[in-house]
Amino acid sequence: MEISKIDDNIYEVPVGYRPGMRVPGRIFVSSALRDMVEPGTVDQVANVATLPGIVSHSMAMPDAHLGYGFPIGGVAAFREEGGIISPGGVGFDINCGVRLLRSDLGADAVQPLINTLLDALFQSIPSGLGATGRLHATDQQLTEAFLTGAEWAVKEGYGVEADLSHCEENGHMKGADPSQVGVKARKRGRPQLGTLGSGNHFLEIQRVEEIYDEVVARRFGLFKGQITVMIHCGSRGAGHQICTDHLDVLTKAVRKYNIDIPDKQLACAPLGSPEAEHYFGAMVCAANYAWANRHIIAHWTREVFERYFPGSKLDLLYDVAHNVAKIEEHQVEGRRERLYVHRKGATRAFGPSRSEVPAAYAGLGQPVLIPGSMGTSSYVLCGQDRALDLTFGSACHGAGRVMSRSQALRQFTGKDVKAALNRDGIAVRATSPGMLAEEAPQVYKPSGDVVDVVHNLGIATRVARLVPLGVSKG
Amino acid sequence: MISFEYLEHTADVKFRAYGRTPEEMLSNAAAALFAAMIPPGQVEARESWQVELHGEDIEDLAYRWLSEIIFLFETESAVFSTFKVALQKKNERDDRGQAEGWRLSAEIGGERMDPQRHSFLCEVKAVTRHKFGIRKNDLWCIQVVLDV
Repeated sequence: MEISKIDDNIYEVPVGYRPGMRVPGRIFVSSALRDMVEPGTVDQVANVATLPGIVSHSMAMPDAHLGYGFPIGGVAAFREEGGIISPGGVGFDINCGVRLLRSDLGADAVQPLINTLLDALFQSIPSGLGATGRLHATDQQLTEAFLTGAEWAVKEGYGVEADLSHCEENGHMKGADPSQVGVKARKRGRPQLGTLGSGNHFLEIQRVEEIYDEVVARRFGLFKGQITVMIHCGSRGAGHQICTDHLDVLTKAVRKYNIDIPDKQLACAPLGSPEAEHYFGAMVCAANYAWANRHIIAHWTREVFERYFPGSKLDLLYDVAHNVAKIEEHQVEGRRERLYVHRKGATRAFGPSRSEVPAAYAGLGQPVLIPGSMGTSSYVLCGQDRALDLTFGSACHGAGRVMSRSQALRQFTGKDVKAALNRDGIAVRATSPGMLAEEAPQVYKPSGDVVDVVHNLGIATRVARLVPLGVSKG
Repeated sequence: MISFEYLEHTADVKFRAYGRTPEEMLSNAAAALFAAMIPPGQVEARESWQVELHGEDIEDLAYRWLSEIIFLFETESAVFSTFKVALQKKNERDDRGQAEGWRLSAEIGGERMDPQRHSFLCEVKAVTRHKFGIRKNDLWCIQVVLDV
């Protein structure tokens, strides 16, 4: 059985591609990107299709690449009745996500100060491996962050009330159960609240380079030449440990409930079982922690901007999660159904018909934020109702890797990467310069190609392109 | 015998570690995990940490062992270079009547993180169970994919 092209930008992985598939797979890529999808990624799409209660298709977004469990870029929805929940469809960095702050400053005002600004941000926002925060959260504060996420952060003086409606889930996902978060996850999470982390996480000062849709851009508060700040990070050690601990429990649940899984990372439990509910309750804690974390980091970013540009504004345009499982209502075969939608390396992209779209963007659709790889463009798109028909309201989450880390380390050094970025006029700060090599721009697919597919499919439409001026990395 | 080798994986780090005994394999797996993050030559064994773990079977135990090292790395802000592993196979049941299977005691040598001397290559977030497995032919072999 071979995968076949069924429409422009849509490839189908037929039932029978591997034994046990309950539904076909769908990979949303252009012909050019198709060649970059490794066979292992297709296998992972097919593996997800074998899970009980899966609805419609096992999907992969245009930035799909090899992951563990689900492919990166994987989307799958499961029925409440007879379905499952799996950490393999969420990942270790629960609610890794992106937020975009829009300033009222033009690039002309900021560019001369870019190095000073970047140094100040680098100093104010703890980053890097095992970084601990300047926050020193207490156990009680940690519990509250788990329970109410960004709402807790605002109550503590980080960010403002108006920010909340500009976060997916209002920055507070319901259903958190801190009693399902173990001692180890708390121990890792407490000192790391208010830290950026490392790897592909970053804080970037950007300039709006190109506007594709004037009307939507105006409503999103974007204009050409404007300074924006993008923050990409997640739930840090708290999320990693919650996933590790519950993977242990769910590995046993697979045996207990006699579920046949093709990959151990797809360990799961039937929805409604205690194991599934415990994982969901803990996962929500991590998701809320991540929203609190991005809120705190945004607050410190505002403080730095206030120091150099007194009275300037840095409003939250939007904040999206791209590693999470959520309960959402979708139309399935003509009926409205509650589904557990897993998005692993995929962004929700709801169109104007959904009530989840913030009031400020009513009639348009939610902002979809697609970070570029280091040194390349990021994109703002607008979710469309077409996504509800095609992808359970989902789009890509980034550029998608094409080169392994070991290959990157053989080809580039951190020093060369930094020099190349500087030549392009991009300032860089990194706690571990050696880590820049594995994040070299060349290891990713061209982000524009990935965004084109999403736009052409009508899942989300292009609004603006942002280019980096300065990057702070862990 | 090579202690460990890295295999190609687009987004993450995949390795196989070997040993003449399961103890040696687990020790080499820990070394492989750490070598993915930091060149081993940069770490001196100035302090030691004790680890006691149990698992239902050797695979379960191996997963906990590698996850424990990441936990220690973060919570102790320490980097490690030596891993002395002792295993005991047990057929006992714990207080809840569950089979304990295997017990591991280890002494880990390393030092506190020092940004001046330690230059990291990547951050290992977690040990995945994707293609995770242990085989015994002439040698013991474990395959691991790390989320980085």
